[in-house]
Amino acid sequence: MLAKRIIPCLDIKDGRTVKGTHFVNLRDAGDPVELAAEYARQGADELVFLDITATVEKRKTLAELVLRVAKAINIPFTVGGGIRSAEDVALLLQSGADKVSINTAAYDNPQLISDVARMAGSQCVVLAIDTRQEADGEWYVYLHGGRTRTHTRCADWARKAADLGAGEILLTSMNHDGTKAGFALDITRELSDTLPIPVIASGGGGTMAHFADAFLEGHADAALAASVFHFKEIAIPTLKDFLANRGIPMRR
Amino acid sequence: MNLAIIKYNAGNIQSVLNALERLGAPAIVTDDAGLLRAADKVIFPGVGEASTAMESLRASGLDAVLATLRQPVLGICVGMQLLCRHSEENDTAGLGIIPIDVKKFPSGRAGLKVPQVGWNTIRDLCSPLFAGVAEESYVYNVHSYYAEDSIYTIARCNYLVDYAAAIQKDNFYGVQFHSEKSAETGDRILQNFLAI
Repeated sequence: MLAKRIIPCLDIKDGRTVKGTHFVNLRDAGDPVELAAEYARQGADELVFLDITATVEKRKTLAELVLRVAKAINIPFTVGGGIRSAEDVALLLQSGADKVSINTAAYDNPQLISDVARMAGSQCVVLAIDTRQEADGEWYVYLHGGRTRTHTRCADWARKAADLGAGEILLTSMNHDGTKAGFALDITRELSDTLPIPVIASGGGGTMAHFADAFLEGHADAALAASVFHFKEIAIPTLKDFLANRGIPMRR
Repeated sequence: MNLAIIKYNAGNIQSVLNALERLGAPAIVTDDAGLLRAADKVIFPGVGEASTAMESLRASGLDAVLATLRQPVLGICVGMQLLCRHSEENDTAGLGIIPIDVKKFPSGRAGLKVPQVGWNTIRDLCSPLFAGVAEESYVYNVHSYYAEDSIYTIARCNYLVDYAAAIQKDNFYGVQFHSEKSAETGDRILQNFLAI
């Protein structure tokens, strides 16, 4: 049976992990390659590297890091942050990334999705959406790391992106991100039930029960989190046992 | 060992190369017929769309080279699919080395999405390729098309239908999943291939 996926997210700045200092067993917890290998060893199903520097001059640093990660780990990984063009994507894929996560650039230029899908296949196109539920109850798309509001409904943009050839949706609720109060179950479920492609729930995972909710109520195909894994509040093997005991298929 | 990866427009060549390096088995990446024929083992990778991949093989004459290889050959994902007779993906004629067809998953039943993305279990393992691999081991998959179950099946998987997770005929082996991205299980399968 196809397993639900658990995906740690590593924030990268200038080629170093921003969080992760609580991994005392690592020689250098700031080294993304060491941290990635540790997560792979623990049973992470995939990894996401999000470059939060993402300035043009740092892009070469990111590609070099991707080369090192690709040599070190034996599970799939996604790279995102600051991707603007099909050329940016090509460089990361050639360096060994399995998938790229595209956000603002795809919104500004939706053809980027179809261009990358045609160049390298839909399977490598992860469309990242930052969304916030407003007072009117609707979920809207936000850009530039959540700083810019749009008037586009999240579900509309996700549908369009899927039609253009996105292979997965990485859905982050800004209402929930950082709260550790649980994932946004309603919008996750709405997208997962209506889209033909997998939906990765992101933002708000604080307890193991939240992950169970993301799968059982949110119908997510995968759940992504950062700090609960980095700060060892939740250990991946323990989480997978917990979820499997609730009937959720897990690779263990 | 003299190990060769077929060079064409497949997306996962670097990943396969990396996996082999981790296993201590460096490979060359080549589209040279002489080097491919001289290799002890040949890996035929593949990510992307079947008809484009097949066109790329034909343009370089690699289709004819592949069909005449006598050493063990391992097709991965689209590489495996192209070993078959025909793919429903853009009505593509394959190499026809293994006389079975590649079909599209029936869409959207039982809440299951197409493509299949993620880790699924393999069973009915009956090949040295799976020596030491337990039934119901997880491997990583990304695909919308599958090889039909047949007498050439050496591992099965279920997603919407029962299909061939791996196939073999004579010296030609194929795996639908990405052995190069399937953690310890994938490493073991690649090692087994190198030991065939």
